[in-house]
Amino acid sequence: MAENVTPASGSSGSPSAQGQTPQGMPTLRLSGISKSFGAVQALRNVDFEVYSGEVVGLVGDNGAGKSTLIKTISGVNIPDSGTIYLNGKHVTITKPADATGLGIETVYQDLALCDNLDVVANLYLGREDRSTWIPYLVRPLNEIEMERRARDVLKQLDVKIPSIRVPVASLSGGQRQSIAVAKTILRNAKVVLLDEPTAALGVAQTRQVLQLIRRLRDQGLAVVVISHNLADVFEVVDRVIVLRLGQRVATFDVRNTTPEQVVAAITGAEFGEILNNGNAASSSAS
Amino acid sequence: MTTESSTESAAVAPKLEAPTPGPMQVMRDRLRRGELGQLPVVLTLILIAIFFEITSQGFFLQPQNLSNLLLQIATIGALSLGSVLVLLIAEIDLSLAAVAGLCGAVMVVLSVDHGVSAFMAILITLIVGSLIGLVNGFFVAVLRVPSFVVTLAALIGYSGLLIHILLPNTTIRLIDPFLTGIASNYLVFPWDVLLPIPFIALYVLLQLWTRIRRQRAGLELQPLWMVTVRTVLVVAISVLALLIFESYRGIPYSTLILIGTLLLFWLIMRFTGFGRHVYAVGGNAEAARRAGIGVVGIRLAIFTLASLLAALGGILASSRAISASAQVNPTLLLDAIAAAVIGGVSLFGGRGSVWAVVLGSLIIGSLENGLDLLGQGGDIKLMVEGVVLIVAVTADAITRRRNTTGLR
Repeated sequence: MAENVTPASGSSGSPSAQGQTPQGMPTLRLSGISKSFGAVQALRNVDFEVYSGEVVGLVGDNGAGKSTLIKTISGVNIPDSGTIYLNGKHVTITKPADATGLGIETVYQDLALCDNLDVVANLYLGREDRSTWIPYLVRPLNEIEMERRARDVLKQLDVKIPSIRVPVASLSGGQRQSIAVAKTILRNAKVVLLDEPTAALGVAQTRQVLQLIRRLRDQGLAVVVISHNLADVFEVVDRVIVLRLGQRVATFDVRNTTPEQVVAAITGAEFGEILNNGNAASSSAS
Repeated sequence: MTTESSTESAAVAPKLEAPTPGPMQVMRDRLRRGELGQLPVVLTLILIAIFFEITSQGFFLQPQNLSNLLLQIATIGALSLGSVLVLLIAEIDLSLAAVAGLCGAVMVVLSVDHGVSAFMAILITLIVGSLIGLVNGFFVAVLRVPSFVVTLAALIGYSGLLIHILLPNTTIRLIDPFLTGIASNYLVFPWDVLLPIPFIALYVLLQLWTRIRRQRAGLELQPLWMVTVRTVLVVAISVLALLIFESYRGIPYSTLILIGTLLLFWLIMRFTGFGRHVYAVGGNAEAARRAGIGVVGIRLAIFTLASLLAALGGILASSRAISASAQVNPTLLLDAIAAAVIGGVSLFGGRGSVWAVVLGSLIIGSLENGLDLLGQGGDIKLMVEGVVLIVAVTADAITRRRNTTGLR
């Protein structure tokens, strides 16, 4: 991994009216995404972008459209309109396999780990490394290669577990979350979407996972974190994108933003003083 | 300097720095976690053997009786392996005994009424078994009907079909000498000694080779004593078994078939991607699906294999009985499932090994055989088996609860 420049670098010190939009081409860009479920319009003309080496926090109240947006990116939902660009190229994502094929990995809240399998087996689930003894016929698992690479990836991410040959059922919540995230690295993800990564974790475990998210960023990945926990968001993200009632209402650079401003944007209580501050984006509806 | 480098490496990979645990340490850890593996089952088996050895005045452990015991459990073993596979994906197959009965009858009818050669009769029977499993699997995997109901219907239906294909008789006597020979002939000296030796040697070499490769890759190694104990145990048990076989008549062909089948399935389940995916589907089907595993295909394959094994069991049963009967053996199904569970296969999916079949079948078989020797009837046998089964299932439920509470 080359030493990467954090694109969200606010070193210029002059915050733009549109929040801190980093320079260059976003790794993932969504443009004009709309999605309705029957009479309910879950997303209205939403734009979204995340850069390589950046952590974006996607926040909003329940029903604001966060999950719908994430599902659109991960291929679970097909948007009614709008376009998706990956590294500037137009892509179509109509099923989860499309997204993973493009290097977009999603870590859902329920982790999708097999408790009865060990760490190595979980990291490689569905894409096991095999050696060939008789082509097409006898292709045993290459356990040693998998274990070696699993160990290296966990070391690289500084994930501490007692042994990578224990069933994941015996690991703590933070360790399990770390395994789920490490899985995406082994799949050579470019974009990682994390759905509530710190929900239901204790203080120490939360710290562990946040540290892991920073390491993903340092490796040049584009990371999107959905979270209700603003304290966690402020600790780890570079930019915050706020959704309200299916629209993107604000973008903040966390360096010169207070949690109160974000809360105001989430709830829609945009007081004059916040607007004067110049950090809150104008409502995209206006 | 030294302290600095050691703390650094400890921070990077603390697991590599941990001192290798000794035997006592490992046992204590496992006791605390409730992960005793097969140890309680092995102890139970030894206790049962000692009890019957004493009460039968030293007849139970005679090579002749042990050889007989193995002939008795060949069918249970094949069906039990089928149940293990189905239980591993957290499903159940209640039709195994009916399928075994039906397939045994198919073989006998083909051989006796239609004059089909022994080889073709076996082949067609195995194909019939697989097709039955494929149909079961279709309902379970594709249509998502609960396997309990699908296989219950299959149990009833195939019991009827069994009676139907034997009409107007209720039993047909098997004549073909090859087919009857499967359960009554023995692999004799010197082949009974020479055949297993390469496999034992291969096992030892494989252990060594794996260890060397792991060492080269810089991976964590199991403590040497553990590997040594395991290898010595496997070799000792194999040699002991060979000696026992040799001091009676040799290895029964049906035992050879069962052991060969177990070995094959152990290799598949333990070392192939398919086996790994079976465990994954049993552990968390949704996670397996998201990981791109064809869950439907795995379920279809497992039900097909289970019925194929039931057909094999049916062939062994007909060969041993030298006939096919219109009556499905009423205890066979429960014995097969009980053997799997007693051997440590979880009813909740994803946990257990193919070798559970050996331990479970031996325990069930020993109880039946031993109680027979003592002149006890079916009443006592069924009650004792019931108690053993409930103890095994309770142990499974308790271990499982202990492993999942308070850890997340």
